Amino acid sequence: MLDPKKPINIDEILKDLDKYRPKRRGWTWRKKLPEGTKIGEYEYHQVSENLKNSVPLPAAHYFGGIDPQPEVVITSEIASGRFEDDIRRMRMAAWHGADHIMVIRTLGQSHYDGLIEGTPEGIGGIPITRKQLRATRKALDLIEEEVGRPINFHSYVSGVAGPEIAVLFAEEGVNGAHQDPQYNVLYRGINPIRSFVDAAVAKRIMAFAGMLQIDGAHNANASAKLAWTVMPELLVQHGINCMYSLKAGMKKEYIALSTVPPVVSPMPEFRYNLPYAVALRELFDGFKFRAQMNTRYIESDLFDATRIHVLNTLISRLTSADLQSTITPDEGRNVPWHVNSIRGVETAKHTLIALDGMKKYVKIDEKEIREKVRELKMRAILMLEEILDMGGYFEALEAGMFVDNGYYPERMGDGIARKKDGEIAAGTVAPRDEDYMAPVCEHFGYNNLPEGIEKPCDLIGGCTFHNPEKIQFIDELDETDNVNIRLEKIRDMKKRNVIKPEVEWFADGWIQMDMTFALPEELAEAAAIALCEKLGLEEPTIIHKTVLHPAEGTYIEVKAKVPFEIEVDKLELPKKPETLPEDEIFEYVKNNPIHVVAGTVGNDEHSVGLREILDIKHGGIEKYGIKYTYLGTSVPPEKLIDAAIETGAKAILASMIITHNDVHIKNMQRLHELAIEKGIRDKILIIAGGTQINNDLAIENGLDAGFGRGTKGIHVASFIVKKLKEENK
Amino acid sequence: MKPRKDDFQERSKHLQKMTDAELNQYFWHLVEKVVDPLIKLAETHTSPSVERSVLLRMGFNSIEAGKLVDMIFQRGLLSKGAGHIVWRIAKEKNLDILQAGRELISGKYWDDVDRIFKGVNKNA
Repeated sequence: MLDPKKPINIDEILKDLDKYRPKRRGWTWRKKLPEGTKIGEYEYHQVSENLKNSVPLPAAHYFGGIDPQPEVVITSEIASGRFEDDIRRMRMAAWHGADHIMVIRTLGQSHYDGLIEGTPEGIGGIPITRKQLRATRKALDLIEEEVGRPINFHSYVSGVAGPEIAVLFAEEGVNGAHQDPQYNVLYRGINPIRSFVDAAVAKRIMAFAGMLQIDGAHNANASAKLAWTVMPELLVQHGINCMYSLKAGMKKEYIALSTVPPVVSPMPEFRYNLPYAVALRELFDGFKFRAQMNTRYIESDLFDATRIHVLNTLISRLTSADLQSTITPDEGRNVPWHVNSIRGVETAKHTLIALDGMKKYVKIDEKEIREKVRELKMRAILMLEEILDMGGYFEALEAGMFVDNGYYPERMGDGIARKKDGEIAAGTVAPRDEDYMAPVCEHFGYNNLPEGIEKPCDLIGGCTFHNPEKIQFIDELDETDNVNIRLEKIRDMKKRNVIKPEVEWFADGWIQMDMTFALPEELAEAAAIALCEKLGLEEPTIIHKTVLHPAEGTYIEVKAKVPFEIEVDKLELPKKPETLPEDEIFEYVKNNPIHVVAGTVGNDEHSVGLREILDIKHGGIEKYGIKYTYLGTSVPPEKLIDAAIETGAKAILASMIITHNDVHIKNMQRLHELAIEKGIRDKILIIAGGTQINNDLAIENGLDAGFGRGTKGIHVASFIVKKLKEENK
Repeated sequence: MKPRKDDFQERSKHLQKMTDAELNQYFWHLVEKVVDPLIKLAETHTSPSVERSVLLRMGFNSIEAGKLVDMIFQRGLLSKGAGHIVWRIAKEKNLDILQAGRELISGKYWDDVDRIFKGVNKNA
């Protein structure tokens, strides 16, 4: 069991890994709750069971801290190159509402002819190995217990080792995978025949393991110059992989289409994306839909990415989605950072919950889009007709039919052409002879098994699918590149109790800063780098800039490395205000009525914070029976003191938000001095509050207490009651 | 493909009168025609990765599976099935499967393999 207060112990995960078996095989959907289910005080129509442990959306504390979970599976792609850090991020993502963790493979694994073993560090992804999978699955088995919802683990069955990877996934409890031979052919340059032969065997194994398959069609959209022009082809690619999967033995409900709304603003995106989404869902009725967020048009601007992704998720709600995949808003600028993985998940959760049940009152005008939907289908049909006319898939592929930037039937002549007998791993496929035989279960294709055999693996006393104890575990093959070496640094830091900031790996030292210079773009960039150097930061790199105006200013985001460690033992925590038990406050106030005067001091129109401290509605001091006179905003210190004298108040609550030219300090001093002048200082408590106020500052300037950000009524009430009790002693 | 102007209006004449249901049905009919020869190809062929996946399921580790399939591929015997070869040697030499595979990796019994498997070469 994991303790929510403690980090996951990677050493513990690695212990006895050779003996670990995953808890289950196959894909799990969320448990949908009936329409109209109440969560907190609110009714929902598209939600699933609550989590045991979670981090709700930022505004949740206004609504009783609820964290409703959409009925749609939410995907987070996590692969930093070190699985031991990915595990930590998976736990973060699960707490925020992800239950489908997708692990991207390291650069070049597609072309690795066989399986990788051990735990080498990856580039732009993770080397998928048995040890990495088993450790990750083991951690996820713990994390899913902690959050109270099954977590689907997912990676890629592609490249030149597809069937072996499918076996590995089935054995190690991987619940979903990308598999699409067209992806291999078009984007990995792998021999087309090899790709299709391998794919059928892999798909059959995935079907046995109950894995959800996601196809690769969306990549056409990511690689095309104008993403919308490939829409007819996307329908064709989805069709080919779906049909091929069915014929390899997969069930429809385990085949998911990976679909991305193709275009973004400044195009009028909904006029393109919506008819396409409808056409797709009509043609592929009964299959599952994995709605992916757009990556094609993400730049380095996190906010623009988030805007795009919110609107993508709106399409999911207007049409349908079984999985909502997330793209981290920083994917346009670096390998995703922890916080951005979480932001992606929050964007999906927020939008899906915001649009809960929207189809009940917002409907797509079917008549308006019908013509466009039909046109898309016809364009796809025409493409299929031409593929057949050309002699079939391989012939069309050789001619460059796919990923052409023309809007089919238009052709630009710039498609990706792949030779049937060429490319990587060409000439490695052999026909199965009449006496071809494979003494294992779930093997696709011709298999000349001896007669009278009930299940193929009876020939060998069981295969690994039926006798998992036959699985061999290889630990590490590279003594210099493995998790133990990497963990040594972490163990050492933990032992010395020091820390550095991080973005993706434990204490990697990276921080991000943002700043605006009243300089044009290039000078602003240079200024940002100079600033980092002056601060003693290392490797400063500009990761984003926004021109506010060509001459007036440039906003810059920069990342840099911190060269020093922070000693955790030496950190000083601000003292938390002690609170009295509520009953004690109630009791005291009942017997000793308390009146206070309150107002925002000076030329300051802020009122929200103080109202929260006062009003019963927000759990303010009124709740405990304390009476108050509220003088409003922009109250001169004199008026507060006078009102306190008139009403016989026991305390003055002075709110101060504005801090220009230290006006808040001057006001504190003024209140203190005025109270002395009027001869009431020893009879009254003067308390300051505000976002920039803290207790030390208030006391330094003559007041009795100061309360900062996050203060609640109970903190103030406790202080007043405690002080009055002391005085009465 | 050669560049070509969008001739959708002309080219789609035979589709324009179809109902939505007919379009959907025709789409899937064509997809199946494209896919059928591909799946037939997969049914009747194998690859090094396919054979390594068989050996993995038989209990070999990835290193052993890789070595065995390389040796079998070089001998031109992939078409028999790598698992088949190991199974036959195990049976004939009265060894368990893993032991038979490891002996083959160490260079033993290849004469037996040639004797049993070479010659029969008809496609399935």
